[in-house]
Amino acid sequence: MTTAPRNAPMALRVAPMALRLALIILLAALVLAPGLFEPVFAPIAPVGGPVIYTRSSLLSLSLSHLGLVAAASLASTIVAVTLAILVTRPAGEAFRPLSRSITNIGQTFPPVAVLALAVPALGFGVGPTLVALFLYGLLPIFENAMTGLTTLPPQVLEAARGTGLSRRQRLWQVELPLAAPVILAGIRLSLVIALGTATIGSTVAARTLGEVIIAGLLTSNTAFVLQGGLIVGLFAALLYDAMVQIERRLARRMGRS
Amino acid sequence: MIEIDRLTRLYDGKPACDAVSMTIETGTITAIVGTSGSGKTTLLRMINRLVEPSSGEVRINGTPTHSEKPHLLRRRIGYAIQGHGLFPHHTVGRNIGAVPRLLGWPKDRIAARVDELLTLFSMDPSEFRDRFPAELSGGQQQRVGVARALASRPDLLLMDEPFGALDPIIRTRAQDDLRQIQRHLGSTILIVTHDMDEAIRLADRIAVMDAGKLVQYGTPAEIIAHPATPFVAEMVGEADRPLRLLALLQVSELAESGPADGPEIAPDATLRDALSACLWSGRESLPVRGTTQRVTLEAIRSRAGAHA
Amino acid sequence: MSDTATTPAGLRGLSPPGLLFAVLGAVSLLLPFMTLRANRIVAGEGLPAWQIAEPGITLPGLTVLALGLALGLPASRPALRLGGALLALAALIFLLTNGATALMQDAGDYARVSPASGFWCLLAVTLLLAADALAQMRPGPALRAVLLAGALGALWATLASGLLSELSIGIEYASRASGFARATVRHLWLSLGSLAVAAAIGFPLGIACHRVPAMRAATLATLSFVQTIPSLAMFGIMIPLLGALVTALPALQAMGIAGIGFAPAFVALVLYSLLPVVANTVAGLDAAPKPAIEAARGMGLTPMQRLWQVELPLGLPVLLAGVRIVLVQNIGLAVIAGLIGGGGYGTFVFQGLNQTATDLILLGALPTVLLAMVAAITMDILVDLSRRTPEHAR
Repeated sequence: MTTAPRNAPMALRVAPMALRLALIILLAALVLAPGLFEPVFAPIAPVGGPVIYTRSSLLSLSLSHLGLVAAASLASTIVAVTLAILVTRPAGEAFRPLSRSITNIGQTFPPVAVLALAVPALGFGVGPTLVALFLYGLLPIFENAMTGLTTLPPQVLEAARGTGLSRRQRLWQVELPLAAPVILAGIRLSLVIALGTATIGSTVAARTLGEVIIAGLLTSNTAFVLQGGLIVGLFAALLYDAMVQIERRLARRMGRS
Repeated sequence: MIEIDRLTRLYDGKPACDAVSMTIETGTITAIVGTSGSGKTTLLRMINRLVEPSSGEVRINGTPTHSEKPHLLRRRIGYAIQGHGLFPHHTVGRNIGAVPRLLGWPKDRIAARVDELLTLFSMDPSEFRDRFPAELSGGQQQRVGVARALASRPDLLLMDEPFGALDPIIRTRAQDDLRQIQRHLGSTILIVTHDMDEAIRLADRIAVMDAGKLVQYGTPAEIIAHPATPFVAEMVGEADRPLRLLALLQVSELAESGPADGPEIAPDATLRDALSACLWSGRESLPVRGTTQRVTLEAIRSRAGAHA
Repeated sequence: MSDTATTPAGLRGLSPPGLLFAVLGAVSLLLPFMTLRANRIVAGEGLPAWQIAEPGITLPGLTVLALGLALGLPASRPALRLGGALLALAALIFLLTNGATALMQDAGDYARVSPASGFWCLLAVTLLLAADALAQMRPGPALRAVLLAGALGALWATLASGLLSELSIGIEYASRASGFARATVRHLWLSLGSLAVAAAIGFPLGIACHRVPAMRAATLATLSFVQTIPSLAMFGIMIPLLGALVTALPALQAMGIAGIGFAPAFVALVLYSLLPVVANTVAGLDAAPKPAIEAARGMGLTPMQRLWQVELPLGLPVLLAGVRIVLVQNIGLAVIAGLIGGGGYGTFVFQGLNQTATDLILLGALPTVLLAMVAAITMDILVDLSRRTPEHAR
């Protein structure tokens, strides 16, 4: 979903908004009033079997899913950005090559494997999911924050020093705001991965929307699979789109677009 | 001979290049001068059909350029651009040999041509042949760019601000080199520049373009002495005109018999240099080297005034 | 360097990361090094490193381990630091294998010993020390290939020697050796096969997107939308879609394609692979400097010659970087296939999760991680090799 340029015809500008609105309404209906979709899913449900997932409320599953993602991503963001700031200061320079290799190696760890490996250490439930989401979420944010903080235009940094800003002021007033769009892109990647990994979290007994899909897979109920898949997919797409919009707005203001 | 005949290119119905006609003699350098947006680059790019004309045609030695496939046409026309456009993943030798290879020359002929051109541009072939472009200085990259454009002995060499990225001292040297090599090879060159000094220094004929139209086409002396429009006058620079005119003439033209004191001046120095030497050393006349003649301030002054 | 100003005088010459590893290593020794369990499922008893065997074993082992980490300290000697890491690694394996033998001697028939958090932390610290030393040494592609081959050879030798067979995961492996081999083959088919199909579709599509700007935005937007769909949902949705397709086209069924198992997993992986392949192809082709492209047109290269002689050679590193992303991503995502009967290492992971059998989880997860890392390192080497121009000339 892209934003049409400002001088595009009216129809082109309205279309993405209309699509967005339609998807939000669809998502809300799927979560809040799943019964409405019984006729849609009935043909693909097993004969005589349930069509709509009712073992737990989809709303509470969604909230628990999103809560897990939000908590883990918030923690990842704080830790990753802090680490990136430390490593890009002169005192932390010795750790920079190491942090790069950790990021490189870490990103080859599959999210599912991180989740599976967290279980032996932490047991079943929300714990391993939260830890896996947190750990895996660190990498894209850290990587982007490093990129953002190390590729700032040198003239701007020089000017900031020239105007007599202290190190702390330079960080808060110049470096972080300028790096913000890049950091946000990292947070977006991390959020999308977390949303997907949280779905798998239901295999380790975390309460997430994956429960619906897994239930469908276990009972060969395609209706459940599709229902759960649609909800998670819509959440992911809307979240991604929202983040992209925020990044664009920020980048436009920074003149870095 | 290159004939440009009512060549026009429209963008969104507006002419970027408007019915330009001119004839370029074989073996000469022609400079197209204009501000940015004047259509000079569009005109150049229509000649090798990187831009297709909306109307009009170009004939090279009588053959219209549209009678041939564009990529085949371009292999006969050399093309050098600002920022050299060398292929970063090919060696200097491979870059220079690019067009001959497209034309299917045998390997040893290409190798010989590469070495010949490198030598011509005062770059030792054994040293430079196998280097990559990024291992050269800016001036060397630019020379390789021009050598590549000349490699297949093209009928015509098109150059678009070829010296634009060079610093002033290297640029002057590159211009002198180009002039020398052009005389040596007898190439026909069409060069686009926004720099009137460069045009005057290099070209036999200058075409001034403004807002898509060719406003004046003539020798440097004509352009300086009789600018056709206020725009051309501004390009030449009102205040610099006498000096620019003198810069076109050699000391030997005004040499007369008579005594003079002080350091000598070379006969092929420009009158502008002679004037400068007179003013700086406070002399009325300078001895001309290798002769018993002199050049006088008086003669220079009246030459500058006698532009009619 | 300004870091002399911030480093206390007494520590000058010491590598700050090396110091960190030494401290972390010392702390990790306080954690249980191995676990002894009465059987496969029950919780066990954690033992610190000095209690896993006789002092005749633990003392030299721990001494060498300490020495290895100490060698990681001098900042200016990367080769020495790498040697230290390898020494520490050898000490860890020595302690682990001898500990396993000693602990199993006095334990019951169903008893299992496995590495515990202390071992894993020390292993991580050692590998990070090796990574830090290597990052300092900046080995070229050829040396990296040799190092990778050496590491894999050493790993194979360790596994083949049977030193690890007394560990719980070794016993788990022994009981399903043939299943493991099948899973490996299936996992490779899923990840490499889907990459090949994605490349066959993605490279031409990327070239088309590069040439036709109107296609670019729409294609990339669609593919990034596909990429955001969570993997479990994607694999799930593929089942009914493929099922419907197979019902509609019986010819597919005759070819052995089914709505469950391998086929939906494969298709899902292909879909996920398209974005990195297409996006990197477009970016790679865009990477050629604009004046070089202009000159190529001006000297009369046809569009095909331009593509093969200029744009593709210059964009190759970026194209290969796309392949790297896809390969690593697919190896990880192929685990999900285990949930829909698609086979691969995921089978062990999810069986292990169902049975709460840690060793079975590890039997699936560790080879996946290893495979992904080997793929990443190999692709990085290829990316480096594909840069034609000398490094200093870039």
